[in-house]
Amino acid sequence: MAVRGLLGKEEALRIVGRVLESSPGDMTEVLLSGGVSYLTRFSDNYIHQNVADSGHSLRVKVIFGKKIGTASTNSLDEDAVKEAIETAARVAELQKPNEEFEGIPGPEPIPEVNTFFESTFEFSPVDRARGVKIITDAAQAKGFKAAGAFQTGASEICIANSLGVRAYHRSTSAHLRTVVMSDTGSGYADALATDVREIDPAEVARIAVEKCEAAQNPEVVPPGEYEVILEPRAVADMLGYLVRGGFSASAVREGRSFLSGKVGEKLFAEQFSLWDDGLDPRGFPMPFDLEGVPKQKVVLVEKGVVKDLLYDFKTAKKEGRKPTGHGGFGGWGPMASNLFMAPGDATVEDMIKNTKRGILITRFHYTNMAHPMRVLVTGMTRDGTFLVEDGRITKPVKNLRFTESALRVFGTMDMVGKDLHRAGRSVVPAIHVPAFNFTGVTEF
Amino acid sequence: MRGLTSKALDVAKKLGASYADIRIVDRKQETVRTRNGNVESLGSSRSRGFGVRVLYDGAWGFSSSARVTEEEVRRVAEEAVAIAKASATVKRDKDVTLAPVEPVTAKWESKCKVDPFSVKTEDKIALLLEADRLMRQNKGVRVASGNFMALREDKIFASTEGSYIEQTKIETGAGIEATAADKGELQRRSYPNSAGGDYASRGWEFVESMNILDHAERVADEAVQLLTAKQCPETVTDLILDSSQLTLQIHESCGHPIELDRVFGQEASYAGTSFLTTEKKGTFQYGSPNVTIVADATLEGGLGSFGFDDEGVPAQRTTIVDKGIFMNYLSSRDTAAELGETSTGAARADGWNRIPIVRMTNINLEPGDWTLDEIIKDTKEGILMETNKSWSIDDKRLNFQFGVEVAYEIKDGSIGAMLKNANYTGITYEFWRSCDAVANKDEWRLWGLPNCGKGEPGQVAHVGHGAAPARFRGVKVGVGKWQ
Ligand SMILES: [Zn+2]
Repeated sequence: MAVRGLLGKEEALRIVGRVLESSPGDMTEVLLSGGVSYLTRFSDNYIHQNVADSGHSLRVKVIFGKKIGTASTNSLDEDAVKEAIETAARVAELQKPNEEFEGIPGPEPIPEVNTFFESTFEFSPVDRARGVKIITDAAQAKGFKAAGAFQTGASEICIANSLGVRAYHRSTSAHLRTVVMSDTGSGYADALATDVREIDPAEVARIAVEKCEAAQNPEVVPPGEYEVILEPRAVADMLGYLVRGGFSASAVREGRSFLSGKVGEKLFAEQFSLWDDGLDPRGFPMPFDLEGVPKQKVVLVEKGVVKDLLYDFKTAKKEGRKPTGHGGFGGWGPMASNLFMAPGDATVEDMIKNTKRGILITRFHYTNMAHPMRVLVTGMTRDGTFLVEDGRITKPVKNLRFTESALRVFGTMDMVGKDLHRAGRSVVPAIHVPAFNFTGVTEF
Repeated sequence: MRGLTSKALDVAKKLGASYADIRIVDRKQETVRTRNGNVESLGSSRSRGFGVRVLYDGAWGFSSSARVTEEEVRRVAEEAVAIAKASATVKRDKDVTLAPVEPVTAKWESKCKVDPFSVKTEDKIALLLEADRLMRQNKGVRVASGNFMALREDKIFASTEGSYIEQTKIETGAGIEATAADKGELQRRSYPNSAGGDYASRGWEFVESMNILDHAERVADEAVQLLTAKQCPETVTDLILDSSQLTLQIHESCGHPIELDRVFGQEASYAGTSFLTTEKKGTFQYGSPNVTIVADATLEGGLGSFGFDDEGVPAQRTTIVDKGIFMNYLSSRDTAAELGETSTGAARADGWNRIPIVRMTNINLEPGDWTLDEIIKDTKEGILMETNKSWSIDDKRLNFQFGVEVAYEIKDGSIGAMLKNANYTGITYEFWRSCDAVANKDEWRLWGLPNCGKGEPGQVAHVGHGAAPARFRGVKVGVGKWQ
């Protein structure tokens, strides 16, 4: 059923059906996506930006033989859609045959998973402002300033092709995040959910304020090798670099991945198990990929051993196997979007107790790949960085730059948190790593 | 469109808004991507819509929609006011105020000799595929890729203060890249720049001026040579940056910290804040006397150029760093008002469904009086680095680390061996204070960067940076465990 800002399954299928009917191509693929998104942003303890956005985009891929053209429009008017089809067809005619083209996927049953919550969809600007006020009040009470954002929205995606694929999914999401700060330190906390009722602004406020209090007047520790405790957001950041290029089957084929020739080997720590699962409601479920292929649960690493890779339709076809439902990203190749790391049995407290001299990291900032084959990543720590000595947190420290390989992090990690947290689109625990290379320090 | 814009402004005013503006934006984009002898994607996209921004009771609200109809304009204006009312429930002790601007009725168009949309798609494909073929003559190349992009943006801005501004901008960009990989080593080389090439607010003539085919074989050969090149040593030495790497250095360590919204903490939870706090304005020694940096939105052809920003403030040229002293910020009307100043005209929005935020225009390091040759001859021991590969900087924009595609040893005034995996790190003001030579205007070049991310929800800005090669003394290079 159509609701404000969403087309609904019936109408979405009608629109894509119309495109498929009128396309002149030998084959045609349509991707229709959009929805509504609201974001209330605050800083200095007041709401300084507050926005709403609604709309859809329609992408048409028209294929003649091995010649492919695409066009997209954000207007669903009959004329605009017609123009997009014509443009895609004209562009395809101009193309040279793409010898790498392996066709498009046929239909397969798509599992149902509910990720749409009225509570999130109906959440109003006043509701978001109320949540924000809980945080700004908590910060103000301690003489701190809070900045952050409260985002809620609903989106839908419909993928169809001329071989009979008809996939539709709608979902809601909510994200509340804040940095609570003074001139001499800051602390971060956030919460993500598909159902906004799971987000407790008071709890987010409590964590960020406590972190900020503990982070006041940090001291310099010299760069070098330290034990580290990475909280879930930092873990997810590193994990992204490991998976992005590494576990893509096309990158492995082209020799661009550190896994080229190494699938089946034990490259990681015994405690490291990793999989992608588009149906697990602990994450942000999405039952099919951008090619309309149902998502398979793919075990990437089991007890440190590399088990499998992520496949899109093209790469799977080349290797004579089933696609895993991680395609549709064009030149990027297959990508993970619902990563899960196996939990362990430790708490962050346990990790602190077991640390002789180390750094506890809340999150990273502005990380970037320095070398893809070594998965060497550089970045800064941010919003809650603490020195741990002889089993306890002794003081806040000025933020450090690291230049470290994700292969080493997940290859040597020796304690894993028992609680899983949503961090971006991944669901991960905290971890303890015995040695981590810091290469610089900043002034705050 | 006057009917629609008036409708939005009238509805907002009737509902009690003290200020409102509307932008109607229509974007058309064409992209060609080639990869290993194939046209990997050939696409055309169009996005049209409008956004209404209002001030109610001293607080902001914004809503937007892709359906450009009178009925929708009314709904969106109403929603913007309702959202602003919610904002007003979590306020400071003062209202948002706007620095004054003269209302204008104006039209502006970027200059373009050959409309990139009028050039046959076949010609664009042919150019990139020929470059692809030339690159793959070298068998060490695993992936050869090419990229072309053309963008046309038609924009109308109208405000309750009486401005009505129509602007049309055309942008064109292109580039090629070769990736070589062997035995656990992977190296890339690109031309004319990484991240898809170079971009400008010009037409097809800009792509022709790149002479891409003349560089394809060199790019491929260098990518393969890098696989077996010497590892950049870990040391402290004199560093010479080419102008393309300097653009990124300027972008990250000057362009972002001078954004006044960051200074006020408005980006704190995402992009971060700034070390250039307001008491430093006019006194802080940002760099050596060789360092003069300007923000110039008036430069013809600049990717960050325009007639008016997205608040209707005219394009300006502002001195940011004057012979080493930090002088000015990039600002919007509301951030400038906090300092009791007028806007420096840097509020820009990424399309119809985003609000204007403080953005870079063209942030340029002014030329000095050296030549690159003279700088090299004058360097006893050092490293020359070219073309950005990776970037990272802390959230106040102090501690940075950048990696480059290729580097060369400098010994006794001449270029020596090629170095791979080179990077350098430092603290922003210490680095700029160590700048002792900047090349002259003959070697100065304006680059376009199409991928600056900022804001929540995310916005991507197209900005420009001009620079000539420059030298920095005593810089830490070769960071990380590479052996
Ligand atoms: Zn940027």
